[in-house]
Amino acid sequence: MLAQKAAQQSLRRLAGQQHALRLATPAAIATGKMFTAQRRLAASQTISEQSEMKNILTQQRLNRPVAPHLSIYQAQITWYLSALNRITGSLLSGGFYVFGGLYLVAPYIGLHMESAAMAASVAAWPLLVKLPVKMLIAWPFTFHCLNGVRHLTWDTTRMITNRKVTQSGWVVVGLSTISALALCFM
Amino acid sequence: MALRLATRRLAPLTFRRGMASTIEHSKGEPLSTVSEMTSASRPPEPPSKTSNIKDPGIDKNAKTKTFHIYRWNPDEPTAKPRMQSYTLDLNKTGPMMLDALIRIKNEVDPTLTFRRSCREGICGSCAMNIDGVNTLACLCRIPTDPAKASRIYPLPHTYVVKDLVPDLTQFYKQYKAIKPYLQRDTPPPDGRENRQSTTERAKLDGLYECILCACCSTSCPSYWWNSEEYLGPAVLLQSYRWIADSRDERTQQRKDALNNSMSLYRCHTILNCSRTCPKGLNPALAIAEIKKSMAFSS
Repeated sequence: MLAQKAAQQSLRRLAGQQHALRLATPAAIATGKMFTAQRRLAASQTISEQSEMKNILTQQRLNRPVAPHLSIYQAQITWYLSALNRITGSLLSGGFYVFGGLYLVAPYIGLHMESAAMAASVAAWPLLVKLPVKMLIAWPFTFHCLNGVRHLTWDTTRMITNRKVTQSGWVVVGLSTISALALCFM
Repeated sequence: MALRLATRRLAPLTFRRGMASTIEHSKGEPLSTVSEMTSASRPPEPPSKTSNIKDPGIDKNAKTKTFHIYRWNPDEPTAKPRMQSYTLDLNKTGPMMLDALIRIKNEVDPTLTFRRSCREGICGSCAMNIDGVNTLACLCRIPTDPAKASRIYPLPHTYVVKDLVPDLTQFYKQYKAIKPYLQRDTPPPDGRENRQSTTERAKLDGLYECILCACCSTSCPSYWWNSEEYLGPAVLLQSYRWIADSRDERTQQRKDALNNSMSLYRCHTILNCSRTCPKGLNPALAIAEIKKSMAFSS
């Protein structure tokens, strides 16, 4: 880099000094006295490579705020359903493990988790309690299943346009609610 | 956030993010930790706590509308960002959001800072979050309902340089990382042009029109949380533009570069990208095409 710059500068001097060189004494050329007027005395700062630049960026980022995101982005069926898909998935798998674990240890801690016993105890609840509790389990299940089909369809690159995404979103919300209600009243 | 940090620490080595995109970035570099420290984003002061600067020429016939605009000044780095309100007479303002911003800057408050250039949706400079959706201010009409105030923020989850100007360094680095140019080893048969059939060319429609405004990438929650390593919809659309190009001879290498847990597969088909694209493109479809071709090849 430096050598290149030096070569470039001397080339420029030669080009500029053609006429003067013919008149100059050899001694003046050798000591470089001819060229003093041509020298640019600008102070330059080398920002070497990536590391320096990265340091500057890091320093700046320490001060810069991050623009608001989740809290300001408009509620849209695209990202709300995607979030719900993940939440219901976690609830279902978490619930499955908790229930499975309890089922394993139930005999040792005297819990009655046999299907017949659970059915009998739930049947005794008033409808106002029974329905929301059943819905709380049934809706995540139906929603996650149906929305999963929607996601799988997109992976085949079908139905992945704005209009169809919105339509299929509402269809899934409707169908999952209806089927969850149907499960509840079974 | 805490959960994410925990999973990063606990994840076995094989599941850690294999990085293809921004290699310079990840080498023992404190940037990612910095971003996590600060990305507990400082919420702006609500407009109720700041003043309302009014259009000087408001008279009786004025059709006024209020704009709440995100402000932050790097000269006062410790000050909280705030939502500044401006009331304008719409009769004296052009039809687009950018007209309103330019008018505020010219006539009301010259300190307001934003990027703009072409004012016709071809440069992508004025990308910002308007009323909760990322779009180009120059293509976004001012909603005519004067009773409802409009809210303008910088692109979500970006570092703010000043007011509505986001720092897109990472975005451009990622674009550079996908090598957005034709890569060929063999010269064209006739020695003149790399020819393409009409159907091959048609595959690039809907891809080459992207202006890299970053609206889609910054609308993607997945990109918000993982922008250090996930490439984001805009860059993946560009990546697909070169994968789909019949003239390019590095298709396999391009796909290999995406074949890790982070670069491509952090797309969870949330689809905010296609929903928000001001140019009407479909980044989600491009990403689905890449995923599909990765699944069916080798």
